[in-house]
Amino acid sequence: MLLVLVVLLSAVGNVLLSVGMKHVGAVDIRSLGALAAAGAAAAISPAVWLGIGSLLLFFIAYLLLLSWADYSFVSPVTAFGYVLVPLLGWGLLGEQVSPLRWVGIAVICVGVGLVSGTPPRTTAPVPMLDEEEGR
Amino acid sequence: MARLAFGIAIVVLAGTGGEIAVSHAMKRVGEVTTLNARTILRAITRAARLPSLWIGIALMAAAFFALLAVLSWTEVSFAIPVTALSYVVGAFGARVFLGEQVNGLRWLGVALVCAGVALVCLG
Repeated sequence: MLLVLVVLLSAVGNVLLSVGMKHVGAVDIRSLGALAAAGAAAAISPAVWLGIGSLLLFFIAYLLLLSWADYSFVSPVTAFGYVLVPLLGWGLLGEQVSPLRWVGIAVICVGVGLVSGTPPRTTAPVPMLDEEEGR
Repeated sequence: MARLAFGIAIVVLAGTGGEIAVSHAMKRVGEVTTLNARTILRAITRAARLPSLWIGIALMAAAFFALLAVLSWTEVSFAIPVTALSYVVGAFGARVFLGEQVNGLRWLGVALVCAGVALVCLG
C-alpha cells in the first residue's frame, strides 16, 4: 500500500515538475537575471507547486516505508517508477516509446519481480510505533 | 575526464550514503505500518531528533547539486544511466552498514533493475 503510494507520488511529482518547467522554458544558468526570471515563472506555476507537494509527500511515505523495510528492498522496487512514467506518457499522452526503452521496461519489471520475491525485512525488528500509542 | 569521474562518484556515493543514513534513522524510530495521522506525525518528529536523518538529508542534497554540476559537464543520456549504478552500490552499502542480508535472488534483481534503468534512460 505504502509502496504503491511511494511509486505513484514520485512518478506524478516528477511528471508535474517537468510539465511545469517545460512551460517556464530553457533556463540560462549563466545570467543571474534570467535565473531570477525563471525562478519567478516557476514560483507562479501551479504544476510546479503540485509537483513539489507530491515529491514532499513521496519523501514522507518513503521514510515511513524505510521504518520497517530493508533499504536494499525498497530502493530497487521503487525503480518501478521508471516503468510507470513512460507507460503513462504512452497511454495517456500518446508519446512514442523507443524499442530500447521497451527492453529497459521489461528488464526492470523482471528485476523488481525478483526483488519482491525476497523477504522485505532481514534485520531485527524494533517495537512498533503504532502499538506504543496506548501507553 | 577526471573531474567528470569525481562528480559521478560524488553523485553515486553521497546519494546512496544519504539514503543509507536516512534508513538507519528510520529503523530507530519504530515501525509504522498504518497510515494513521497521529502515528505518522510522531514518527516524523522522532526521526527529526536523530542526527543520522539530517546527515542523510545533507548528503542527498550534496548528491543533487553534484548531479546538476555533472549535467552541466556532460550529456543527460550519459550521466543518468551511469547514476543507475546507485542501485548496486546501495545494496552493497545496505549489507555493510545496515546489516541487511542481500541474497542471490535480490542481487540478481538489483543488477537487472540497474541495467533496466540505464536502458530506459538511454532509449
